[in-house]
Amino acid sequence: MTATLLAAKQPRAVPGLQAKGGTVIAGGTLAVAGLNYGDKIGNPLIIVDGLGLDRIEVKGKKATLGALVTMASIARDRRLKFLHPVANSIGGPAVRAMATIGGNLFAPAPYGDMAVALVALDAEVALHDGKAARKLPLETFLAQRKKLARAFVTGVSFALPEARDFRYTKIIRRKPVSASVVTIAALLPRKAGKIKSARIALGAMAPHAVRARKAELALEGKALDKMSIEAAAKVVAEGTAPADDAYATAWYRREIAPVHLKRLLGEAA
Amino acid sequence: MTKVAVQFTLNGQEQSEFIEGGSTLLAALRGKLGLYSTKAGCHQGTCGACTVIIDGEPRLSCLTLAERCTGKEVTTLEGLTSNGALHPLQQAFMEGFAAQCGFCTPGMILAAKTLLDRNPSPSRDDVIDAISGNICRCTGYEPIISAVLTAAEQLRGKKKNA
Repeated sequence: MTATLLAAKQPRAVPGLQAKGGTVIAGGTLAVAGLNYGDKIGNPLIIVDGLGLDRIEVKGKKATLGALVTMASIARDRRLKFLHPVANSIGGPAVRAMATIGGNLFAPAPYGDMAVALVALDAEVALHDGKAARKLPLETFLAQRKKLARAFVTGVSFALPEARDFRYTKIIRRKPVSASVVTIAALLPRKAGKIKSARIALGAMAPHAVRARKAELALEGKALDKMSIEAAAKVVAEGTAPADDAYATAWYRREIAPVHLKRLLGEAA
Repeated sequence: MTKVAVQFTLNGQEQSEFIEGGSTLLAALRGKLGLYSTKAGCHQGTCGACTVIIDGEPRLSCLTLAERCTGKEVTTLEGLTSNGALHPLQQAFMEGFAAQCGFCTPGMILAAKTLLDRNPSPSRDDVIDAISGNICRCTGYEPIISAVLTAAEQLRGKKKNA
């Protein structure tokens, strides 16, 4: 394996280098693994370490995380305590010390658990297309990520939720860590005891994190009780497209998603 | 083939080397620097056999490009012995039969070292988390967990008596 490393001096230079065939290397957990296995990874390897993208900023109720913020940094940051279970569910400590927020947005299913949490949080992705910096809702970004492959992701931002409103679970076959069978993140804001604008995101149920809109609708305006939870669970797997892989079959994923959503919502009730 | 210069601190010694562009740290350690304790396992970050310590954090050398280690401090298992004396973790692994084939052992010990450096009094769950990215296929995890807890106890005792 021979490749040239090129350090980008500013974010706006990165899309041009990508257009010439280059590949951004963030933590390396996806791209270098691909290189090791002979995947066609574009040369040069674009290093973005010196761009100040490893910072976590929390101002008021808003958090902004640079694309190079690692899972380990999130798991250490007390201001992001609600995200600790998410960060700690991704790989062992060595993977967490390397894997980045930016990389997680490109991780194919069954990986990309942080992206699931970020979809539930209605995060925005900051990216640079070479001409201008812009922002996109994460959901839109994920749906278009192949088309946006040459845009350079510089970070994500989201509103900090009330700790009790955010719930997360990752179903795995080998404890304490493994790739996901099903991942569920839910933001469950309540007004006068009734759910208002819930966001439920699923991982490993499609090629990338997706929302379970029908389940969200089933909860809207309802108290979180047995009846509303049953109604949400019944429709949670509708419209999903899970894959058969070494961790689970698509059938199994569809079967257990309602069970684990019920448990998750039951704990939040 | 293009060769590039890398400079980093390896096991306490300044190291300068010309390596093939795009090489992983694992390839440089084993292929160029003759340090064979770091094992090549899955090459995809799943098994933990290639774990080293970079600037105090556990890292997978199979997924780390050697050129990105410039200016950093890298520790492999060879760096743990001091004047020929085994590190308490190595001693505990040996005495507690925590290594059968030994393939996962260097990665296990280095993953455990980063835990003990940060947390001298780990709980059993802390140890399980610390080695959660390191797969063992023959010894079994129980003797490994016990060895890490024993080493922690010994290190605490050493500190107390120092």
